[in-house]
Amino acid sequence: MRSRQSAGRPRRKVLLWVAAVAVGASAAGGYAVVSSKSPPVRTEVLRVAVGPEADGAPVTLDATLYLPDSKKPAPAVVLAHGFGGSKQDEDSDARYLAQHGYAAIAYSARGFGQSGGLIHLDAPAFEVADASKLVDLLAARPEVLKDAPGDPRVGFTGPSYGGALTLLAAGHDPRIDAIAPQITWNDLGRSLFGQSAQADSGTVPDTPAGSMPISRPGVFKKAWAGLFFGSGATEKGSAQTQASLACGRFAPDVCAQYQATAASGTPTPALSDLLAASSPASVAAHIKAPTLLVQGEADSLFPLGEADANARAIAAGGTPVKTVWYSGGHDSPGSSADQDRLRSVTLSWFDRYLKRDGSKPDTSFQFAESGTGISLQDGTVSGSTLTTSGYPGLAGTPAAGTASVALSGPQQDVVAPAGGFPAAITSLPGLGGALAQLSSTGLVGSLGGASNQDATFSSTPLPASVLVVGSPTVAVHVTSSTGDATLFAKLYDVPPDQSQAVLPEQLAAPVQLNGLPSGGTDVRIKLPAIVHQFAAGHRMRLVLSTTDQAYQLPLTPRTYAVALADGAVSVPTVAASTVTDNTLLFWAAGIGAAVLLFGAIGWYVLRRRRDSRETNVDPDLVDVPVAISGLGKAYGDGFRAVADLSFRIEPGQVLGLLGPNGAGKTTTLRMLVGLIRPSEGSIHVFGHRISAGAPVLSRVGAFIEGPGFLPHLSGLENLTLSWAATGRPAADADIDAALELAGLGEDVHRKVRTYSQGMRQRLAVAQAMLGLPDLLVLDEPTNGLDPPQIREMREALRRYAATGRTVVVSSHLLAEVEQTCTHCLVMHRGRLLAAGPVGELIGAASSVSVEVDDVAKAVEVLTPLTGVRGIGTPEGGGLVLDLNGIRPGVAVGALVGAGIAVDRVAPRHQLEDVFLSLVNEGEPQR
Amino acid sequence: MSSNINHVVPGSHDQLAHAAAPRVSDTAHGGAPRFNPRRTLPLRVELRRQIGRRRTQISLGFLILLPLLLIGAFKIGSPGSRDGRVTLVDLATVGAPNFTLFTLFASAGFLLVVVVALFAGDTVASEASWSSLRYLLVAPVSRARLLRQKFIVALGLAGFSLVLLPSVALLSGWIAFGWAPARSPTGSSLPTGEAMLRLAIIVGFLAVSLLFVAALGFYAGVRTDAPLGAVGGTVLLVIVSNILDQVTALGSIRNVLPTHYSYAWLDALGPTVQWDSMLRGTISSLAYSTVLLALAWRHFLRKDIVS
Repeated sequence: MRSRQSAGRPRRKVLLWVAAVAVGASAAGGYAVVSSKSPPVRTEVLRVAVGPEADGAPVTLDATLYLPDSKKPAPAVVLAHGFGGSKQDEDSDARYLAQHGYAAIAYSARGFGQSGGLIHLDAPAFEVADASKLVDLLAARPEVLKDAPGDPRVGFTGPSYGGALTLLAAGHDPRIDAIAPQITWNDLGRSLFGQSAQADSGTVPDTPAGSMPISRPGVFKKAWAGLFFGSGATEKGSAQTQASLACGRFAPDVCAQYQATAASGTPTPALSDLLAASSPASVAAHIKAPTLLVQGEADSLFPLGEADANARAIAAGGTPVKTVWYSGGHDSPGSSADQDRLRSVTLSWFDRYLKRDGSKPDTSFQFAESGTGISLQDGTVSGSTLTTSGYPGLAGTPAAGTASVALSGPQQDVVAPAGGFPAAITSLPGLGGALAQLSSTGLVGSLGGASNQDATFSSTPLPASVLVVGSPTVAVHVTSSTGDATLFAKLYDVPPDQSQAVLPEQLAAPVQLNGLPSGGTDVRIKLPAIVHQFAAGHRMRLVLSTTDQAYQLPLTPRTYAVALADGAVSVPTVAASTVTDNTLLFWAAGIGAAVLLFGAIGWYVLRRRRDSRETNVDPDLVDVPVAISGLGKAYGDGFRAVADLSFRIEPGQVLGLLGPNGAGKTTTLRMLVGLIRPSEGSIHVFGHRISAGAPVLSRVGAFIEGPGFLPHLSGLENLTLSWAATGRPAADADIDAALELAGLGEDVHRKVRTYSQGMRQRLAVAQAMLGLPDLLVLDEPTNGLDPPQIREMREALRRYAATGRTVVVSSHLLAEVEQTCTHCLVMHRGRLLAAGPVGELIGAASSVSVEVDDVAKAVEVLTPLTGVRGIGTPEGGGLVLDLNGIRPGVAVGALVGAGIAVDRVAPRHQLEDVFLSLVNEGEPQR
Repeated sequence: MSSNINHVVPGSHDQLAHAAAPRVSDTAHGGAPRFNPRRTLPLRVELRRQIGRRRTQISLGFLILLPLLLIGAFKIGSPGSRDGRVTLVDLATVGAPNFTLFTLFASAGFLLVVVVALFAGDTVASEASWSSLRYLLVAPVSRARLLRQKFIVALGLAGFSLVLLPSVALLSGWIAFGWAPARSPTGSSLPTGEAMLRLAIIVGFLAVSLLFVAALGFYAGVRTDAPLGAVGGTVLLVIVSNILDQVTALGSIRNVLPTHYSYAWLDALGPTVQWDSMLRGTISSLAYSTVLLALAWRHFLRKDIVS
């Protein structure tokens, strides 16, 4: 019976290859989709002529236009850059917008990069007028979508310096349709001269970071201001303008006012007017373009209160405003996840208001909670994004909640040192995120400063965790030895074991008080706006310090007395929910689905394989122990170990399998028990087809190529465990018969690694006989046994066969086979040479060899004797008699009667002759 | 037949002589009566085969010994200089939870990998080397079932050793250093209940992460007949993966490496548990394990057993 394996194997291979290619193609396709192949973007470098400088010198700006790959006119976006940068900084954002179908134009502001002119700090007459000129330019381009002649559909965005320009441009030019300013100021004077002391009236807004400072200018942020002035002063002149040594490319009036201020720390009136003109606060009420305000939580230059003020002012005019706080800012670039989030939020904003894609208006408030620390594995700052439906306190959204935390501490005297040194360090402006990133880990406490500069007030351990979103408020009573006070208020997070206090985002609130009466005064202070989770069991610690290195400090020494005025700090809280990151969930769901699918397929395939096996019964062969037909095994290199083997074994036979080395006997026996898969043909045992693990093998006992025991267990344990592995009840095992056959006696309790080869062999044959299987297969069972043991083995096999069971023995020892077996099978080079009962193979004749003293005479005597079929005279002497039908004794009697002395009569092993002749016959033909 | 001059030792085959004639089998699958292909190689049998082995006992014994050795080392050594950076080593003597964390940290990278590779890679390959695999298969135990039972027992032993190490470390650390709330290198401290929960999360993640090593070892053990080759090859591949992980020039390709997230459990030590990396690590490990196990099954089910 040809199996269908040979026809099915190639087809299955083809199917597998097709499936593999399909999986590979889908994976590659998915990857291609995910890795966002970007559409091409055309760029054009432009020179934009704008208004001249105050002295009449003409100015052109250096701009690059990024055009999308579309036929229809597209809305436009103008990108402004931050202080000290150029249009290159906006290149990646401009490309991103162009790839999403916008015409983006990035330009270098006057006084920066390759543009001409001088820096006027976003003055309305200069930089803001330049922005309008750019809008005119866009109105003249055919690639830009227009609302009306001369009125393009245009958005504006930019960070910091560019952000203020965005707001000012939108306030001055009604053609701008949507804006997205980032990390910028509302009032530049208030930003550069920080003041956290609140005005006494009840007009403090109820937004989370809202503040209404007193009108006195605050403490000069000399570090930041110096940084900016320095960068403007080192700006190299372009081909159009010369740079002066001290002022660089700053406009002379700005330069002069800055220098005057930096010397004293108090702003001159002219500077205040200049800064007020450059502040969006002046035009916020006129902004009608929907505004996306992004502000950084790690920003000591333009803290969250600036965006709050912008939001309030713009929303008061009825314009839609969306506020987003993220983990970066001027002190830190923020996590890459946050940067991606900002890009997508800005794109959605422009899609809604420039492309008018019909999406729902979204004025939800998003903020980042990043105080959860650094990932120890790869050092990235991690955090989560929270959102609530609107900015609290704005345009119909209920105000932020507040929680009051009691503080306690006596009045303390603090010293402001002469010269302002040693000073505490909270932030390092311009040096990037080093301190801000480490602050949340508590590894940076308060650096520098001396303990007599700090007035400390602590709370009791918090009963529950508090998420502070915004700026807390506290009231203190300050007395000064000189009538004015410069203080820095900080709120620390102190863990239960008092080990390392954390200053959220390393922010301090500067307070400048002037004209203090001798008894001091109560002052309400808005602490820095933060997003920080104070865990349960932690304490809040309010510290008022007299120094901070980033600020201008008074040079003369003075002492202050600081006490709590109402014994509590009021912290704003916002009920928000997490914005879940869906990508991981996608992955998890995808992999889970794939695993389930794979498992289901595998289970189904295995199930089918098992079912198909169980139906492979040939009812005619149920009583036949072994029926092999057409069996063949070929290896990959073409070597055929077995070819076209067919035979049957009947019940009760003892079959000897003979053949020289390499005849394929062992391969056949291994195929018989399912260890090796045949290339062709089939084997049926008791009518059931053999495959790996076929259940019918439970009626087969095998000993193949040597014993296999676990060396660390005893012989008895090996036997019992090997029976237990079949899952059949122990009573069926007939262990006593097996132990008796093995004949090991007490040694059966020792570990197998102590056994000799013969002991293992006997035990292994005994193991094959466990349960008295109906078919016993033995491959070289007497290998390594000594003659008494061989004799025992032979008798055991006889008895075994006598019970009606079938035995297959493979052996080299022809004498053994001749004595033990009833039937015989001769193989050579994988083919069957002869098969049949042993007697038939040998012939009805028996043969004896006789040693006589007179060979010639013996031949004479025996030749006429009937029943002597042949007489041979081998070279070694003696005679070989081929008898047919008579007993050897008759021939011997005839010899003796003739007076010949007979020394020896021994049976000849004729099977050896048959075998050798068969084998030699086989050689030349095949 | 020719004359039989053999002597039979009287009484040695009496039982055979009295054996019953073979019964006709009427089972559906054609096998012996009371044979159920779904009940072969029970787990307790496989467990008994594995437990008595010297290597099992030595591995488990060493895992018990390691925390004691570490305690000895800490007691003998002097506190050491603080160079400003606080790591798990410096905090190890604070209390039992910290000591356990340090022990896990020290052994997760190599020792536990070797132990898991040993249990998983050795199980099939050693049967092949003892020549007992063929007798199991002829019992008959179906190939898929053999793999399944062996893998379950290997995972059980590996899981047991994974739980054994921190348990012994906790107990011995408690005796040696007393009990104190866990302190993390970031400065936050965790009360007892929270620390135990974090430890459970860490051990759970280690189990999932080492599943990849077990699957790789199992696959190697199925392919070769030499147990040393299987275990050694597995450990070698893990080491190579770790080395490649250090090469930052590979950029985000490193995320695909199977051992990239092997230390993601450190994220469980912060003030709040960061699930990000651990989730990615779980997905990566499960994906690799599924593929490797599928390959192992497929290979073994078709293989010609010549051992």
